[in-house]
Amino acid sequence: MSNQDQTGITDPHEISRRWFLAQCGVGLGSVALGHLLGETGLAAVTEDRRDPMAPKAPHYAPKAKNVIFLFMAGAPSHLELLDHKPQLTRFDGTMPPAELLEGYRAAFIDPHSTLLGPKFKYSRYGQCNAEISEVLPHLGSVADDIAIVKSMTTDAFNHAPGQILMNTGSQQFGRPSLGAWTTYGLGSEARDLPAFVVFSSGSKGPSGGNACWGSGFLPTMHQGVTFRSAGEPVLYLSNPKGVDSGLQKASLDTVRDLNRMRLQAIGDPEIATRINSFEMAFRMQSSVPELMDISKEPQSTLDLYGAEPGKSSYANNCLLARRLVERGVRFVQLFHESWDQHANLTNRIETNCQDTDRPSAALIKDLKQRGLLDETLVLWGGEFGRTPMVQGTETDGRDHHPNAFAMWLAGGGIRPGTTLGETDDLGFNVVKDKVHVHDLHATILHLLGFDHTRLTHRFQGRDFRLTDVHGTVVKQLLT
Amino acid sequence: MLSKRSFAIPAAGFLGIAACLCLQITPFSQGVPTATSGRVDFLRDIQPVLQASCVSCHGPEQQMAELRLDSRSRALAGGQSGRAIQPGDADGSLLLQRVAGLGEQAQMPMGGKPLDPATIGLIREWIEQGADWPETAGGNGAAVERHWAYVPPSRPELPKVRDAGWVANPIDAIVLARLEDRGLSPSPEADRVTLLRRLSLDLVGLPPTIEEVEAFLADDSSEAYRKQVERLLGSPHYGERWGRRWLDAARYADSDGFEKDLPRIVWFYRDWVIGALNRDLPYDRFIIEQLAGDMLPGATQDQIVATGFLRNSMMNLEGGIDPEQFRMEAMFDRMEAVGKGILGVTIQCAQCHNHKYDPLTQEEYYRLFAFLNNAHEAKVAVYTLEEQRRRQSLLQGIRDVELELQQDHPDWRARMDAWERGLDHDPPQWTVVQPEVDDFSTQGQRYLPLEDGSFLAQGATGGSHRVKMTIRTDQHPIAAFRLELMTDDDLPMGGPGRSINGTCALTEFEVEAAPVDHPDKVHAVKMAAATADIVPAPLELTPTSEGGKPRLIGPVAFAIDGKEETAWGVDTGTVNRNQPRKAVFRAEQPIDHANGTLLTFYLTQKHAGGDDQGTGNRNLGRLRLSITGEAGAEADPLPKRVREILSIDPSRRTREQIRQVFSYWRTTVPEWNPFNERIEELWRQHPEGTTQLVLSERQQLRPTHVLARGDFLRPGERVSAGVPVFLHPLSENGPTDRLAFAHWLVDRKAPTTARTLVNRVWQGYFGIGLVRSSEDLGKQSERPSHPKLLDWLAVEFMERGWSLKSLHRLIVTSATYRQSSRATPQQYREDPYNRLLARGPRFRVDAEVVRDIALAASGLLHPEVGGPSVYSPAPKFLFVRPASFSTKVWEEAQGGNRYRRGIYTFRYRSVPYPMLQTFDAPSGESSCVRRPLSNTPLQALTTLNEPVFLEAARALALRTLRDGGDDREQRLRYAFRRCVARQPTQAEINRLLAFLSEQKHRLADGWVSPWDLAGYDLTERPRLPDGTTPVQLAAWTALSRVLLNLDETISKE
Repeated sequence: MSNQDQTGITDPHEISRRWFLAQCGVGLGSVALGHLLGETGLAAVTEDRRDPMAPKAPHYAPKAKNVIFLFMAGAPSHLELLDHKPQLTRFDGTMPPAELLEGYRAAFIDPHSTLLGPKFKYSRYGQCNAEISEVLPHLGSVADDIAIVKSMTTDAFNHAPGQILMNTGSQQFGRPSLGAWTTYGLGSEARDLPAFVVFSSGSKGPSGGNACWGSGFLPTMHQGVTFRSAGEPVLYLSNPKGVDSGLQKASLDTVRDLNRMRLQAIGDPEIATRINSFEMAFRMQSSVPELMDISKEPQSTLDLYGAEPGKSSYANNCLLARRLVERGVRFVQLFHESWDQHANLTNRIETNCQDTDRPSAALIKDLKQRGLLDETLVLWGGEFGRTPMVQGTETDGRDHHPNAFAMWLAGGGIRPGTTLGETDDLGFNVVKDKVHVHDLHATILHLLGFDHTRLTHRFQGRDFRLTDVHGTVVKQLLT
Repeated sequence: MLSKRSFAIPAAGFLGIAACLCLQITPFSQGVPTATSGRVDFLRDIQPVLQASCVSCHGPEQQMAELRLDSRSRALAGGQSGRAIQPGDADGSLLLQRVAGLGEQAQMPMGGKPLDPATIGLIREWIEQGADWPETAGGNGAAVERHWAYVPPSRPELPKVRDAGWVANPIDAIVLARLEDRGLSPSPEADRVTLLRRLSLDLVGLPPTIEEVEAFLADDSSEAYRKQVERLLGSPHYGERWGRRWLDAARYADSDGFEKDLPRIVWFYRDWVIGALNRDLPYDRFIIEQLAGDMLPGATQDQIVATGFLRNSMMNLEGGIDPEQFRMEAMFDRMEAVGKGILGVTIQCAQCHNHKYDPLTQEEYYRLFAFLNNAHEAKVAVYTLEEQRRRQSLLQGIRDVELELQQDHPDWRARMDAWERGLDHDPPQWTVVQPEVDDFSTQGQRYLPLEDGSFLAQGATGGSHRVKMTIRTDQHPIAAFRLELMTDDDLPMGGPGRSINGTCALTEFEVEAAPVDHPDKVHAVKMAAATADIVPAPLELTPTSEGGKPRLIGPVAFAIDGKEETAWGVDTGTVNRNQPRKAVFRAEQPIDHANGTLLTFYLTQKHAGGDDQGTGNRNLGRLRLSITGEAGAEADPLPKRVREILSIDPSRRTREQIRQVFSYWRTTVPEWNPFNERIEELWRQHPEGTTQLVLSERQQLRPTHVLARGDFLRPGERVSAGVPVFLHPLSENGPTDRLAFAHWLVDRKAPTTARTLVNRVWQGYFGIGLVRSSEDLGKQSERPSHPKLLDWLAVEFMERGWSLKSLHRLIVTSATYRQSSRATPQQYREDPYNRLLARGPRFRVDAEVVRDIALAASGLLHPEVGGPSVYSPAPKFLFVRPASFSTKVWEEAQGGNRYRRGIYTFRYRSVPYPMLQTFDAPSGESSCVRRPLSNTPLQALTTLNEPVFLEAARALALRTLRDGGDDREQRLRYAFRRCVARQPTQAEINRLLAFLSEQKHRLADGWVSPWDLAGYDLTERPRLPDGTTPVQLAAWTALSRVLLNLDETISKE
């Protein structure tokens, strides 16, 4: 039967109590808890309480179990990377057709600016003969494993709203993120790790801030937990100065014993949940550092990604993403905010590709060789595209462009070696197989085993869903 | 009844609903839920299902199989297949068979999501119970029985109860009647210590001190409890506790949101809320002032500050935005805050289309919207009481000097008249020009053209830029250009600039001209002279420009000197700075093209502050350009205000106007310079004050349109302000403006306002409101658990003059509130969420209170009320790149400010304070009237390892050794009571002392260095109490840490 348990529970208090084993993004074994409750005669109370993070069956058999979203924040230029437009080279320096610009709103430039030819050459890669820019040679080496979508489109042309839309299905704040919906629907298979982990690299944090991985109106436990690849990986994970592991263990044992006494006296099952939270926290104190320590990876793996133990980089984050899904973490999202090339586009895209091309492709290869790619959906893309028109006179740049942009997807039921969609000769509008952000979301949920119209949450008297009232599964992308 | 087993309905998913319907569920194995008590309510349970799942095909628009399910008679008549509903015989009813997918026929709804088993169960029960469908209940235009929440509450008759002795006030009568109905009895009263801790946490958000507990225990008067209630209601911390809850609804935060997320200084609003609650401002006034305080006659600073409620919307200053788009987003946000926070109706659903469930049309939504759509987004200076006093005395001082001048010079009037007669009364004729702005040149800032020919700068304040504006004019010759810098309520402090104090600087003013018939013959217009009505002395700016060159602002000549380091500045350096200004630039050679001229203006603005906060900009805020052909034009030295007064016939000028002219004129009299300098000195002493975002009503009505699908680019029909028909009418007298709307919201006849408020207050005490969905009392909400109680409280609240303190007093003195929260597994099983109120509330306290408890228990708490938000300890990296989009200020607080209550922690919307976020505090991105209540490992990591909690453990240890008594058991009791108020049990004592001994041994054995654990990082090592050792202090620190991490410590019992 469908996820009928996913509606109707809106009360915070109820959520807390009902989801008796509830943990912030962390599934729990319930053996200890069952024992606890047995002791206190509360076992019967728990009949209707399930671990919300326990793995759950979706609507139908899923293709993908996990998702890794490589979010290229700032919006990479489709024209330089994945959507080859030879005609744009031809018309470089000329004005775009006026009728194209009717009703068009640009962020910074007067849309009536001259066209700018693509700055890089393209090559053909793989058996599928995919056209990929020369600055993405590593991606080219996995061309037969990925699907390129050239026909993405979105509604927003400013960063924060665009990122919020790509991550939550709405330009308005307060909606749950893709990762939150995923763990809400599927729970988690990670016992000692959060279900939804977020990394950030690049020059700064994403424009959308925490809302990009927020839980919106879903229970807080579904929000992404930010990990850092250098320093303390999770806030307040380490024991403070002066607290060694012996003291930490003894303290937790004492807290547990006192809490148990209170549970006996008062009878509030919430106390048992608290006991479990502390045990889980203690386990995380060892499982997370173990996870983050990539120094024991073979040198060949480190080289594949270009990862260096102890550094903070996109490459390290890609490797960590693989380690996370290996450990059952449901949703990993890497934000790399550095793609807002209003100026100096040629140089900065080159630099960005040097930072990201090898690790992104390595992730595909590594997942594949471990047999994880089949069950892991990997996505790469930003919040919108860039204008075919130039921004700036002295340097090369492109403005924000919502009408068309490109992404690639791989694994998890995506048909490999596909290129979907077309834009017009200038890369301005989508002319074939348009994929709106909502359609992408519907497709992701489909691969995870959900009918996107049925994964809902009741809030403010209404059933909300990731795709709101939109979204069509993009069948051409499926195996 | 065998037939009932013919379809299996899994029990999962049913229980939540069962709890509210009070059905008893038979075990899953029997397959079918059977109601033994409780009645299915058509309006609540069935009609919404029919509306949502059936009526689109079986309703007014389509009648598939000739069946309609939108009205009673049609539904009962059935369709092609016969009768759909057989009252009393569910299994014989086609309706049930089809939605359950029984038999050969396809399951309904055709092609849609099948109804969930719980809903099918409800339909079955409803038919079994006779398919009661009230005559009045129809749909889509038929007369609908009014939803309970839309009927104004009336005082219900109180039910009779058997155990009348238990009833302390009418709340209890209603609660007890329901319990007795169910054969249940209330729990005994909680013991005094528990009760006082509960009351303290509820009313002030702080645990009671040991002394307070002892005083209460020692008070054997019958009024002992009431005295505690009054003490706590009188505490200034009451306003903090309940103010924080209002701030959730008001989506208060200290930053703009979106990517830049600049800090905004709006804590005056937060303090206004705290103060209003502390002085028990009646709730109707509380709302009126927040919606329209600025429009009240003789509005005080406080009342204007209150409108900050509506301004708590986020603001996008991202480069390249369309400011109108985000003004609309802010408007939608305000509507939602009013809907959720005040009305308790989800009006935002009608932003894009007619409300699906409640009788609110899209047009009505925009009519409500129109009330709010006519305000300037103003930022004003506000002053503390002390500053206001100083300000008054300075202004008086200035008047005194002027009076002194007038007394010393009795002929002043005659001299001033002579001056006026000598003024140039034939200023040049100026023609306003409004050129096209080249958006490319603005670095993402927008220049919005206004009707008077001026431009208002909006959106990103981002970078330095050189805006290019072009216009064709037939006028010739052109001899001079005038630039007016105008004030505007939409600018900081009224402008004329966009800097934080409303000033600006113009680096260069350049003009190019070309004949229209030879547009390629462009020449730069060389300026002969520049004059302005303000002549500021050169002032060096800090920081200097990137190249390290000094940057100056000063006289207007700086704007035509060709140097990027110098700019015309209009800052007087005092609060007097927010004045309109003008400059005139005279061309060396008049431009004279008989067939017209193409003029291009370049206004360079490169004197931004250069910080990452965007607050250092000095962009022009509102400007207007004019041209003249007259030779010798100069800037009128007279301020606009004075020029306006002089245009009034002298005999008709008021005293105040004469004074204003005098105030200007005196500055032109050279021999009065000593006096003028004295006055300037007084102005310099004037406090700068603090800023606050507020509303101020526009003079000219801004039109409101219905927006197709809520899209501001698709305006439809224009609408006027008005209220929806399903709610009470607007008062007929007076204008239909924002103030009228505010009054309407808190009208005595408003059906939802008082209910919404009392419900939320109830939720604050019991965790769940009488209506669970406290943001929505509409048709999709669950019926109240105690409808009579909700109505009784709402009516009582209004009749007690909307007094919140009175409402609190009622609730906390009820026997219902005072029950013990202990419960047996049996009780938890029967009523897991305590909806019947047969016991007292028990749950984890709010995020801020979690922190406040640790601070209070340890004695670190700095109890100061109000003031600027503080940067509580947090990892610095969160606020800088790469974690944050922009570098944010976070100067970690030292001293007392480090330990202020959680309500004062600075809140960036995009980087929420981690400890508060982990414990479910909302980010302020939208209105929140119900926080989630999670229980997570990240919370455990926070209370275990976060620095403030550790500092609290250290402080509690030190205090315990100093004040806790002589032996370890006494000390343990002391520390324990500071955390949870009650005495520990013997078992607890034994366990904790065992831990203490163990840790002492480990410390003595050198496993941990005592000062590592017990030492403060911030200050030097504390002085140990006499006779104690570092090992002791460290062991007690470990013990204190355990106590602060107990579930009980952060729970209200």
